[in-house]
Amino acid sequence: MSEAVFFYFFAFLAVASALGMVLNLRNTVAAAMSLVVTMVALGAIYVLLEAHLIAVIQIMVYAGAIVVLFLFVVMLLNLRQDAFPPPRQRVVKGLGVLLAAAVCVAFLGALPGTLPDAAVTPEGFGGYREVGRVLFTDFVLPFEVTSLLLLAAMVGSVVLAKRSLD
Amino acid sequence: MVPLEHVIGLSAILFGIGTVGALTRRNLIVILMSIELMLNAVNLAFVGFSRAWGSLDGQIFVLMVITVAAAEVAVGLGIVIALFRNRESINVEDVSLLRW
Repeated sequence: MSEAVFFYFFAFLAVASALGMVLNLRNTVAAAMSLVVTMVALGAIYVLLEAHLIAVIQIMVYAGAIVVLFLFVVMLLNLRQDAFPPPRQRVVKGLGVLLAAAVCVAFLGALPGTLPDAAVTPEGFGGYREVGRVLFTDFVLPFEVTSLLLLAAMVGSVVLAKRSLD
Repeated sequence: MVPLEHVIGLSAILFGIGTVGALTRRNLIVILMSIELMLNAVNLAFVGFSRAWGSLDGQIFVLMVITVAAAEVAVGLGIVIALFRNRESINVEDVSLLRW
């Protein structure tokens, strides 16, 4: 029972702060802070869904690293207040909102009667021990390829952020 | 245990909000944040299905998605900085050379 209360509380928090991020037209720093609240609320929901390791990684990587990176760039660029004049293409904006609403309704409409009940999970499900065992046995190749991706991203961002290529 | 329908419903709502942000905002940084929100919605669906089927494969997928998201933000923000250096703007309406 209390699990459901926690879920709906954090679900409401996640949706409210996500809306706050998208609808905040003035302050990019405040939008980034709303994103942190969404990430932390989703981390709490991951704990309720017995994904403990994922919850910790979610908080560390998203709230701790990715949003900090966003904030660094926002402060580095130091945008003027009038950087974003009022929109010219209201029709295109309306179409964007309509399309997004259609995606949302299509997902929600596909839901009823197709989903299984919750399985009985073994002891330690979602902990570092079980996830690590699966990660380093069944998924060891994707795990190793991930290192290549990170290397490529590292080289790419250094090249992009360099002042000039001479 | 929360019904899986509600978890996936929350995921769909967050994905929709992220789509609205990515399609309607013109601040490139906020567009990147909206894409992060969409990736997070997908992660939530993965974790929900992983719990419902009692299999850890979905959680491994989430780890991979988080890695890709981190790489994407690093490269994306590098592009934002390079763009700002060249155009003095991160408004996507100022970067429309390739638009039809």
